[in-house]
Amino acid sequence: MSAAAPSPRGEPLLRVEDLRVEFPGEDGIVHAVDGITYQVFPGRTLGIVGESGSGKTVSSLTALGLTRRQGARISGRILFDGQDLLSLPEDKLRAIRGNDIAMIFQDPLSSLHPLYKVGRQLIEAVRAHRDVSRAAARERAVELLDLVGIPDPARRVDEYPHEFSGGMRQRVMIAMALANEPRLLFADEPTTALDVTVQAQILMLMERLQRELGMAIVMITHDLGVVAEMADDIAVMYAGRIVETSSAARLFATPEHPYTWGLLKSIPRLDGPREQDLVPIPGTPPSLINPPSGCHFHPRCPYAQPEHSRIDPALEPVPDEDQHHVACLLDSSTRKGLWEQLQAGNTPEQALAEVAAAEGAAT
Amino acid sequence: MIRYIIRRVLIGIMILVIVCALTFVFFRVLPTGNPALLRAGRDPQPKLIKEIEGVLGLNKPLIVQFWDYMKEFFLHFNLGYSYYSQESVRGLIVERLPATLSLTVGAAILWVLGGLSVGIISALRRHSFLDRLSMGTALLLLSVPEFWLGLVFLLLFANDIGKFKILPGAGTYVGLTYDPWKWFTSLIMPWIVLAAGSAAVYARLMRSSLAETMREDYIRTARAKGLRERAVVRQGVRSAINPIFTLLGLEIGVLLGGAVLVETVFNIPGIGVLNYKAIQSSDFPVVQGTVLLASSFIIIANIVVDIAYAYLDPRVRFQ
Repeated sequence: MSAAAPSPRGEPLLRVEDLRVEFPGEDGIVHAVDGITYQVFPGRTLGIVGESGSGKTVSSLTALGLTRRQGARISGRILFDGQDLLSLPEDKLRAIRGNDIAMIFQDPLSSLHPLYKVGRQLIEAVRAHRDVSRAAARERAVELLDLVGIPDPARRVDEYPHEFSGGMRQRVMIAMALANEPRLLFADEPTTALDVTVQAQILMLMERLQRELGMAIVMITHDLGVVAEMADDIAVMYAGRIVETSSAARLFATPEHPYTWGLLKSIPRLDGPREQDLVPIPGTPPSLINPPSGCHFHPRCPYAQPEHSRIDPALEPVPDEDQHHVACLLDSSTRKGLWEQLQAGNTPEQALAEVAAAEGAAT
Repeated sequence: MIRYIIRRVLIGIMILVIVCALTFVFFRVLPTGNPALLRAGRDPQPKLIKEIEGVLGLNKPLIVQFWDYMKEFFLHFNLGYSYYSQESVRGLIVERLPATLSLTVGAAILWVLGGLSVGIISALRRHSFLDRLSMGTALLLLSVPEFWLGLVFLLLFANDIGKFKILPGAGTYVGLTYDPWKWFTSLIMPWIVLAAGSAAVYARLMRSSLAETMREDYIRTARAKGLRERAVVRQGVRSAINPIFTLLGLEIGVLLGGAVLVETVFNIPGIGVLNYKAIQSSDFPVVQGTVLLASSFIIIANIVVDIAYAYLDPRVRFQ
């Protein structure tokens, strides 16, 4: 997705341009985010998918100025409403945080202050941005707990986080994020720490709230099931970069990047044939200090060619599809062939052999 | 909660009895520890020693002496009489308690406030010059004994022997009700000297505890809410104080031990000096009384801290 491309959905609410975040560490510089570009449109959901350590959380924390490690080197632009969040002074950014842009985190228990009643924490969130009385803020707190579906909110507002179940805590976190009706919500693995049944409830809640409040959501997750449920658009991250981005429907129908295939093939499916084995992605996520040369994915890519360790692929539109971008050195036709073979249940090796044979026959 | 408090108090009383028994044994089995011998003058007749032992009740078996003492203590709150002055030990303690309380309470306030604020500043400005300076000073204060620090202070600041004659020196203590201003100025140096060691411990504990809580997820949440940095730090401090608070009960014991030395150096007529002199002259009842007092302080402080902790941390309350 190039930053300059005109969009059919109007002006983006958030535009991240060539964002880079580096942390100088003891063993060298960690390239946590390595030049990513994406945009989020009002009222829509962008899913950012990737393994842990792919830089997806750091990129969103950076947008809010919450990059915690000292000495982080940040470059690029994060445009929200036309102003660059990266160059805003701290007090201006603070006025946006929790107000126009809110965030919810992975572990709702550790993300709530254990020694304060949830009411107090909600009141704080309201009063950080609105000049209202404590009593009015408290009423709003009860209203918010009600909004996120916590039963008996008037009583529960006086309870401590440890008195809530995991799902209820995440509801409290969501209530807190919604306190000032943000236009953009970053949700960082909001359901990862929850039971599967509760996960579905939380996702449904977020969808309902998005419809009611019209906010945009950036859903950061490693779970393709979650983005399938929620996202309108998807960006797949690998080793600090976006390797593929498109609409959700298209990404699930015709994924183009071998890493995306790997992600899709490693999800267990209840409706698939039982004997079909899951295909894990071989190897481990790469070091962000010394990322592999060329295409960062080549050491784990079953289809990599020798020259892929030298050439660094750019994120480019798929032919005839200007909303679908991929950073892959394989030929577009080869990729289509490989995906068809994989869909047919072949292993990556079989798929590669089949496609090579077909291409050999064609030439 | 009530059951818990009752249990703690009962255990506390048991500990007091054990402490008493230990001091009883320690002082009576020590070879030079026969007070009758000390009181009988030079080259005493064995008959005289026996007589004095009879008067002091030392000729009874140890276990009987202990039983009598415990009975008097629990039934009449009577701590016996000094072998020397024949004054009631309870009277001696009551007379000297205000001086010791003035010293220790003042030092405790100074120690908690000083230690915590230095710790907070250090934690927020980690690895800065200020942090290194205060942590270095803390290490120094932690390592030096109170009596040495007290003497150094006197040599530096006392208005009789000091280099800079700005504060009243040793032996200038007067009661609070007698002259509040003189009371205050005479205690400035003792407070600082007594508080220094504990404040240093607290500063270091607070620094590491706060540095840890400031990395917690809920601090990130507080920032994400758009709270001012002051409010964010307050949330961190609120959590960081809890683990330190539990040590308060133990630190009271250190403080009382230090008070003995500080009272001696600054010649403050408190329990510490009473105890010190009584040990020197094998005045068992006085030693016994002061030890009992100090241990009750520590036991009560610990019970109070544990109960207060339940109010500081709601998670403990519900267990």
